[in-house]
Amino acid sequence: MSWYTRKKTPLGKGEKRGVPEGLFIKCERCGEMIYAGEFETAWRVCKKCGKHHTLPSRRRIMLLVDEGTFVEHDAGIQSMDVLKFRDTKKYRDRIKSAQKESGEMDAIVCGNGKMNGWGVEIAAFEFGFMGGSMGVVVGEKITRATERAIKRRCPMIIVSCSGGARMQEGTFSLMQMAKTSSAIAELGEAGLPFFSILAHPTAGGVTASFAMLGDVIMAEPEALICFAGPRVIEQTIRQKLPDGFQRSEFLLEHGFVDVIVKREEMKNTISTQIKHMCANIAPENIPPPVAEPENKS
Amino acid sequence: MAVAFLDFEKRILELENKLDELRSLSKLQNTDFSAEIRKMHKKLNTLKRETFSNLNRWQKTQLARHPSRPYAYDYIREIAPDFIELHGDRLFGEGPSIVSGFGTMDATSIMFIGIQKGRDIKEKMYRNFGMPHPEGYRKALRMMKMAEKFNRPIVTLLDTPGAYPGIGAEERGQAEAVARNLLEMSGIAVPIVCVVIGEGGSGGALALGVGNRVLMLEHSVYSVISPEGCAAILWKDQTKVEEAADALALTAQDLFENRIIDEVVREPIGGAHRDPILAAHILRRALRRNLGEFSNLSGAEIVRQRREKFRQIGSFLEQQ
Repeated sequence: MSWYTRKKTPLGKGEKRGVPEGLFIKCERCGEMIYAGEFETAWRVCKKCGKHHTLPSRRRIMLLVDEGTFVEHDAGIQSMDVLKFRDTKKYRDRIKSAQKESGEMDAIVCGNGKMNGWGVEIAAFEFGFMGGSMGVVVGEKITRATERAIKRRCPMIIVSCSGGARMQEGTFSLMQMAKTSSAIAELGEAGLPFFSILAHPTAGGVTASFAMLGDVIMAEPEALICFAGPRVIEQTIRQKLPDGFQRSEFLLEHGFVDVIVKREEMKNTISTQIKHMCANIAPENIPPPVAEPENKS
Repeated sequence: MAVAFLDFEKRILELENKLDELRSLSKLQNTDFSAEIRKMHKKLNTLKRETFSNLNRWQKTQLARHPSRPYAYDYIREIAPDFIELHGDRLFGEGPSIVSGFGTMDATSIMFIGIQKGRDIKEKMYRNFGMPHPEGYRKALRMMKMAEKFNRPIVTLLDTPGAYPGIGAEERGQAEAVARNLLEMSGIAVPIVCVVIGEGGSGGALALGVGNRVLMLEHSVYSVISPEGCAAILWKDQTKVEEAADALALTAQDLFENRIIDEVVREPIGGAHRDPILAAHILRRALRRNLGEFSNLSGAEIVRQRREKFRQIGSFLEQQ
């Protein structure tokens, strides 16, 4: 029975027997270890359980836009911190560290490109930048992108992945909801389609503005899409929420999402809808891929 | 009668009681205390003015939520005595947190839409403490469309902790209801004047807040999140409400300074609840003046101006 009293020898300190950091990614849901390269090629979708992990904005654009066609706009816009907001940390410092960590200036990347040949304006949220929260910069960039879509007469696509309005910019953030929604209204009046793509999570002031205003709203599987977050609701009603509440499938069932689309099928699904909606809008700006060679001849 | 009062109102209330005592004493004993009464009255006014011009942001928030403060219905009844409430979203339900209907102000028919908190416990329950469900927002949109159809201006009165966060509200698309109002309201071809009369609770208030003019009563607040919510999330400490209110810069004066709103509407000294009739009278004058500025504009121009106004909100740095 000596092993009862045997001294525990700790596993070699510092020399973990695991794998070198970054080589394998652990699935957030099923715990499957996935080879990092493979994880990226699968656009961060777990091959075992199908969990769609957060995709950085530039990868998202690579996923949706034809290679080599993306032109970024308004990359140089930065927050001004008008309120000089400070909680446990200065907002200014939060911005700096978010910029460092995410490599982006703020929580969204915007530009134009082609999607299976169709010209589009696209805006993709960067969740890694302060939870993809919307302040003045995000509101301004979305509004400008929408205005460009109207000018160029092409569809507008916004991929949302955001905790909502950014508290650190106070009522300025709140007003971005009105500003962006008003731009989407003008896009609609110009007869141009707006595709709202919802990734996990989309919440608060983003859901309660442009994200719910798509002509077509597409959601990734099992994404949390809500106005009030589950924790807030649980605190208000003092009850546990049912499984699947506020997930994509729940919203589809209740009539607030048009279609649930897996990440790898997203690009083709959008471009098919563009074909249905835009074939007779402005052929010179959004050339259908098959029509292009004919024009040349 | 038990009067609800806030900490910083206590001294004022004490002085008021003393003044009342002195008055009744002078009547009872048939003695002339008028010099003392005048003196005390003066002191009271100075105290009120001092107290209410030096409130910090958290105190302002409390005042904006004062249980005796006039609510939307109180203003509407006073401004447009012939107001008749029209109900229902024609889709699912009534949405009693929001009251709406036509009323006459200065011989003009106006669509009034207000978020109503409820005075006694029964009405509070019925109004859901002024936290609208999607039905309320959809009813409001129906009313705004009707006002547009008959070319009548719209006045909205905002006073809510926020849109209701509950299971039913989420199931019936709270986010969609708010979003739809933002989109539709931006394009309504009649003048819209919005007034925050108490608590402007985030998206729940903004859903009725896309106007050509946005006014705020002197002691009202308008914020992206409540100080309590902000303290809980950013400080992870719900007692840090004063710090949070301060950081959020949520008072009428802050928003005016930051050019988010157009005008601060004066309240009677000591707050609107001290003299609701006078408060309504001052508000009516502000509404008349603001609506008057749009009387000669076309619908298209009204929409253009409203959109341009919201387009300009917020500054940022830009490098080429």
